[in-house]
Amino acid sequence: MNKHIIEIVDTIDTAVVYDELSDPKSGGICVFVGTVREFTNNETVVSLEFESYKMMAIKEMEKIATEASTKWPLNKVVIRHAVGVKKVQEAVVVIGVSAAHRNECFEACRFLIDTLKATVPIWKKEMFKNKTVWVSAHP
Amino acid sequence: MEVFLFGIAKDIVGKSGLDLSSLEKKPDNVGELIQVLTDSYPEFNKLTSLAVAVNGEYATNEVSLQGNDEIAIIPPVSGG
Repeated sequence: MNKHIIEIVDTIDTAVVYDELSDPKSGGICVFVGTVREFTNNETVVSLEFESYKMMAIKEMEKIATEASTKWPLNKVVIRHAVGVKKVQEAVVVIGVSAAHRNECFEACRFLIDTLKATVPIWKKEMFKNKTVWVSAHP
Repeated sequence: MEVFLFGIAKDIVGKSGLDLSSLEKKPDNVGELIQVLTDSYPEFNKLTSLAVAVNGEYATNEVSLQGNDEIAIIPPVSGG
């Protein structure tokens, strides 16, 4: 019944997500796009490099999409994460849901990105001018 | 028995996979694997967290390891 689009891709095209979520039974669509920010603690970020354990990442993303669909009456779910080197302003993740009403859209979208960041095996390395840092690796 | 390494785990060990059959005593479960790993590479002790996946699922220390399992070291994730 629920249609989930779950993908790990090299490049994200943010233009396609509206058509993917558009649905006659839905009165609202929420989309979150994560992008590369230029500064971390006042240091200039040159780029981010993402790596995934693809087989498991897809499984974990399926799990959270299914969990969200259990918690809220969603019509469509999109979870798409990019891997590889991404430059400032590029999209790295797109989360989208469509549902009959806006409340479940906002809540599910928030749940999906928060849970993805906590459980999906994807790693991000910040490339500064003179060093690289695996994000969250150390306390 | 090959263990996949990702993110900072790959940097700590210096390669993307670790062959457990080269060890004198192969770990029987996830807890023993973590012990072997942290003994051999103390840098793992400095990480925020260290998880192991067996066949694509997060596994607790008691989960036993079989020869044909796909095993991966999961350092702190940072997607999004």
